[in-house]
Amino acid sequence: MRVALFVPCYVDLINPEVGVSVVRVLRRLGVDVIYPEGQTCCGQPTFNSGFFDEARTIGRRFLEVFEKERFDYIVCPSGSCTTMVSHYYPFVFKDLPEERERSEVLAGRVREFSDFLVNVMGVRDLGARLEGKAVFHCGCHQRRELGVLEEPRGLLSNVGGLDLLDWENEELCCGFGGTFAVKMPDVSTAMADEKIKALEKSGADTLISGDSSCLMHLGGRLRRTGHDTRILHLAQVLDDGKAG
Amino acid sequence: METGKPARKRETEDYRREGLASGIEGFNDRARRAVADEQLHDSIELFTHKSVAGRNAVLDALPEAPELRERAYRIKQETMANLDRYLGQMADAVEARGGNVFFAGDGEDVVRYIGDLAQRKGAKIITKSKSMATEEIELNRRLEEDYAGLEIVETDLGEWIAQLAGDTPSHIVGPILHMNLKRITEVLSRTAGEELPPDVEALGSFARRRLREKFLTADIGITGANFGVAETGTVATVTNEGNARLVTSVPPVHVVVMGIEKLVPRLMDLSVFVRLLARSGTGQKLTVYTNFITGPRQMGELDGAEELHLILMDNGRSRLLGTEFEEALYCIRCGACLNVCPVYRQTGGHAYGSTYSGPIGAVITPLLKGHDEAKDLPHASSLCGACWEACPVGIPLHELLLKLRNQQVEEGLADKAQEIAFKGFESTMKRPVLYKISSKAGRLAQKPLLRDGSVRPLPGPLSAWTDSRELPPLAEKSFRELWKEGI
Repeated sequence: MRVALFVPCYVDLINPEVGVSVVRVLRRLGVDVIYPEGQTCCGQPTFNSGFFDEARTIGRRFLEVFEKERFDYIVCPSGSCTTMVSHYYPFVFKDLPEERERSEVLAGRVREFSDFLVNVMGVRDLGARLEGKAVFHCGCHQRRELGVLEEPRGLLSNVGGLDLLDWENEELCCGFGGTFAVKMPDVSTAMADEKIKALEKSGADTLISGDSSCLMHLGGRLRRTGHDTRILHLAQVLDDGKAG
Repeated sequence: METGKPARKRETEDYRREGLASGIEGFNDRARRAVADEQLHDSIELFTHKSVAGRNAVLDALPEAPELRERAYRIKQETMANLDRYLGQMADAVEARGGNVFFAGDGEDVVRYIGDLAQRKGAKIITKSKSMATEEIELNRRLEEDYAGLEIVETDLGEWIAQLAGDTPSHIVGPILHMNLKRITEVLSRTAGEELPPDVEALGSFARRRLREKFLTADIGITGANFGVAETGTVATVTNEGNARLVTSVPPVHVVVMGIEKLVPRLMDLSVFVRLLARSGTGQKLTVYTNFITGPRQMGELDGAEELHLILMDNGRSRLLGTEFEEALYCIRCGACLNVCPVYRQTGGHAYGSTYSGPIGAVITPLLKGHDEAKDLPHASSLCGACWEACPVGIPLHELLLKLRNQQVEEGLADKAQEIAFKGFESTMKRPVLYKISSKAGRLAQKPLLRDGSVRPLPGPLSAWTDSRELPPLAEKSFRELWKEGI
């Protein structure tokens, strides 16, 4: 099994430890991991703000970089960036037959990290251990466009020492929404506060997600409001809670 | 009624001015006030929680719900593809039963038609059941301003209280969910001219007495239409209070104001939509009253209005036919997308500055009125997709919001600073070398800004983040650097 890593730009620049954990977990399963170094960003920030031309330029570059490589799957530790490639590249290229076809081919081969582990590799238990009481926040793209919700939960339920708790209104968005967080900061922050209230009520000491962007938002608000909640990406948990 | 009038006028005007001026800042300013309003937040929480829980329960108990949703989408798709033909069919069917049909291009046409009709009939009192189409064109205000001596009375309890308070609905289904019992008691006490107890039964009983007088003396009754059936000319209304029955059967004249998108081709189609509407909107299997009205009272029939006028209102809708925004016309106004929307949950409906709030409001307001009047609304969403998931007709509301954002960019309406920023972003991201240099430069630049592991609060555009949230710094080494060094 040969996998091309797609490491979202903010993971590359802000949370590189998440990418490192992904590599370690995949290698432990005997996966041959490559990292196409020409990759930058999938273009989602431009797309979400309505700048479709700019998104297409960045998308074209993404197609070129990955088409050059030989791999079975592209794996990405973000439900949101995976969705950009799997759902929204075909969407922005829908009127350009050649690129649409290319994007559809790639869309069929890109997998969110937990989706790949469970549905391609058939793994449910990685033998990981992490002491704590955790809630899992599923990013909205992962939940709705990808429909990959049970996979991360299943993986987490098999982590030794980890108590996975229910929390209220867990389906609600964290309020990040890309540029939404700075365009509508009051609403965005109020959305984070609602999640944090539910987190407090659950009694969890750890917040886990498959999207570092949601974690950056909820984490940023948690820290500002004086919470010391442990914040981990799913890949770090499966890598025994390593922070890098 | 009388005591409420001056206040109504003033507040209505304020609302309109704000609605017209709503740029990006318009939504944010209103949202900021809403977010700080704890009473509002509690009211929204109470209403949406009840609606969502109810909706989930009844839909879970309906195994064919996903199939119904798919069928509803297909029926609407087919209707819109042949809307001209179906509208003609409906008009013919209504006329064949002795009804009158009027095609209204815009709100002005509707106001003139009803105003002139009222004058011809010497009408003084008009009762109305809940109708978003008439809210959209501010029918009450315009009729009362242009036709002296005409009294319009909303008869849906929530709408009536909103009318008395000089307020506008803040939710498609629960118009006054933003008001608590204290506020409702104030409004009704003012109308009663005496202190009423803050007790639901006492208030309900006062409303009932007062509304009965209006029901029985009304000269004309106005309703909207939840559905119009092309093959039979039937207008369907669903209510829980039974007010639509009194509005349509007591006065001699019944006027229906129906948005042209409310059409379905066949009576059988209602077996799909009626099952979805109440479940999605209020969590009921069926509303308490479901009325089918086919033309005016016929020979030998015991009830129904003597005269029926069906106004088929366009008001910007037909412009969307055959465009990438056509799906916005599939909406059946159930309000489910509002109830699940995490933005609506924080702001309520008034922050949108439009008759229609929540995700569907953010989509159809700019489509019906133009971007100038609602430039901010397509951005009032985190694109979480909860609206699309909840929509009983499967409208991809989040994608329509994206397309509207794109339309603003294409039409040069996007904020200039944003345009420059994204041009720069594009140019960096298409060149890996530039991306690498920028990230290194960023790491150097942030050094003096770091404090306790976070970037300290920043001035300028990034303050929108750092005012309320910590910003993590760029890592010492990027993933690509770590990869090169060997993992």
